[in-house]
Amino acid sequence: MSFMDEWVYTDTVKDHFMNPKNILSDPDYKEDGKGMVGSMACGDQMLVALKIENDIVVDLKWKTYGCASAIASTSMMSEMAIGMTLDEAYHLTPEMITDRLGGLPNHKFHCSVLGDKALRAAIDDYLERQGRENTFKKSVAKIICECKGVTDQQIEALVQSEEALSFEQLQEQTGLGTVCGKCKNTAKELFDELLHIYGH
Amino acid sequence: MNSKIVYLDNNATTPVAPEVKEIILETLDIYGNASSMHGPGRLANAAVSHSRKAVASLIGAEPEEIIFTGGGSESNNTVLNLVFSDIFENTGRDRIITTKIEHPSIYETVQTLETKGVKVTLIGVDGKGNLKMDELEEAMGDDVAIVSIMMANNEIGTILDIGEAARIAHSCGALFHTDAVQAVGKIPVDVKALDIDFLSLSGHKLYAQKGIGALFIKKGIPFCPLIHGGHQEAGRRAGTYNNTGIIALGRAAKLAEDQMEQEIPREQALRDDLKERLLATVPDITINGDQEAILPGTLNVSFPGAEGESILLYLDLEGIAVSTGSACATGSLEASYVLLELGLGPELAHSSIRFSLGAYNTQEDVDYVLEKLPPIIKKIREMSTL
Ligand SMILES: Cc1ncc(COP(=O)(O)O)c(C=O)c1O
Ligand code: FES
Repeated sequence: MSFMDEWVYTDTVKDHFMNPKNILSDPDYKEDGKGMVGSMACGDQMLVALKIENDIVVDLKWKTYGCASAIASTSMMSEMAIGMTLDEAYHLTPEMITDRLGGLPNHKFHCSVLGDKALRAAIDDYLERQGRENTFKKSVAKIICECKGVTDQQIEALVQSEEALSFEQLQEQTGLGTVCGKCKNTAKELFDELLHIYGH
Repeated sequence: MNSKIVYLDNNATTPVAPEVKEIILETLDIYGNASSMHGPGRLANAAVSHSRKAVASLIGAEPEEIIFTGGGSESNNTVLNLVFSDIFENTGRDRIITTKIEHPSIYETVQTLETKGVKVTLIGVDGKGNLKMDELEEAMGDDVAIVSIMMANNEIGTILDIGEAARIAHSCGALFHTDAVQAVGKIPVDVKALDIDFLSLSGHKLYAQKGIGALFIKKGIPFCPLIHGGHQEAGRRAGTYNNTGIIALGRAAKLAEDQMEQEIPREQALRDDLKERLLATVPDITINGDQEAILPGTLNVSFPGAEGESILLYLDLEGIAVSTGSACATGSLEASYVLLELGLGPELAHSSIRFSLGAYNTQEDVDYVLEKLPPIIKKIREMSTL
């Protein structure tokens, strides 16, 4: 009987799935910043709303259309982010969230990527509302194509704005992968994932 | 975890019937090689023959028209691979026609065959999963080797018009196969009346165990084995007879034949009750599949605003076992291609739950689902972005 008791996910995941923390239920919640990522097409969508005082996340509420891992990882993310400085919150990674959850099945990693993305989108929104310069954005950019100096954020922005909807378009616009070509596989994977996240 | 289990995933697999379990235990001692001439071999051979008759009887076939296989997937692969065999040599027939809603053991197999040069035409279905007959008719030609159309769909339960599809296939001289894995044991099947050349069935969908199946091959139809290396099954499938599996499948076939008449209306009544009361208690849901031509125990429902894998796992915590067409549950990023093919948007496909009732479900099970499910949907919808 014992193997029947082993759930697909860890106890911590199960706990957060059964009793998700910090769900946004008040329709009049006055947030200072809000971010939404994901799409219906991929079956995951995530909304994060923040209250911020003195550059500290004092409250975080969220909603999701998503699977058990999305629910659990966002719930965990909300607990971790509350009390963090904007700088810390912006640098919260999916790995940090999944570590705290005690791990997720490999193919579920995508779900927690959405949690931290929505959090960054909410912080971006907060800074924009404040008319402040967003210095964090650059700090988390990762170089994907060394030859052409193309970052993951540049690629994401092009996907988000629908300027690059095929890998060829992406290459035309950035020159990515056109010199030594070693970045092509990584770039393709990232591009496909982003297309998916933004529902194109 | 809850120790109570309400198992509503009988299209995925069924539990082994107590009657089948009993005969498995009894006949574990039948160790002889059914091809051997001595006593133990003859005993095994007698048991295999007995089972062959029972399986044949369930689908209106002759015993010699049945070969045992390692399951539905093997039966399907065997037929599709005929396209490469001598039987189509110099006939100019090198095309397979099938549907867009087949099980992966057909769908992915034809994709593989395509990479090896076989031509493939996929026929669509309407919003309820019924085959587009005009599309099939148009697609036919004298280059078609095999037409393979499933008898009933595993996800939505729609029963396709196999008699008409076989007629169209034969009118162009093609051979006709049906994957009847979801139909056999659940609804009456008569290979003669439907004029079928090949039919696949699987033990674990009708209360026998996994890893045993059968293929019906109409008498006089040319054939070539997929698995070579032995004279078993009259040279049609090599490998020492799987005594236990074959005996179990025979017992399960007999049980199905004996009980079908009472079982169909019983399952239908439970399914309809579940459907009607869900429609009455959970707002904004849609029912998928043809509600007239449908397997008696299958009910596929979309709960917009609630993601399927979440529903599945919250139900699992209550001891209720179902399945979903959501991408999340499979690890792929796409929702069920069957539901998308029906024209459901991704949201409805990701929000779908399949309840498949079987011989051991009771009114109590349905009542239990109706007690647990509505609050789960409410809870998920409350945290949904939609
Ligand atoms: C329609 C259909 N065909 C084929 C199969 C495969 O049968 P098996 O699991 O015996 O290989 C299944 C179920 O898994 C099915 O539902
Ligand atoms: S690293 Fe991108 S082309 Fe060389």
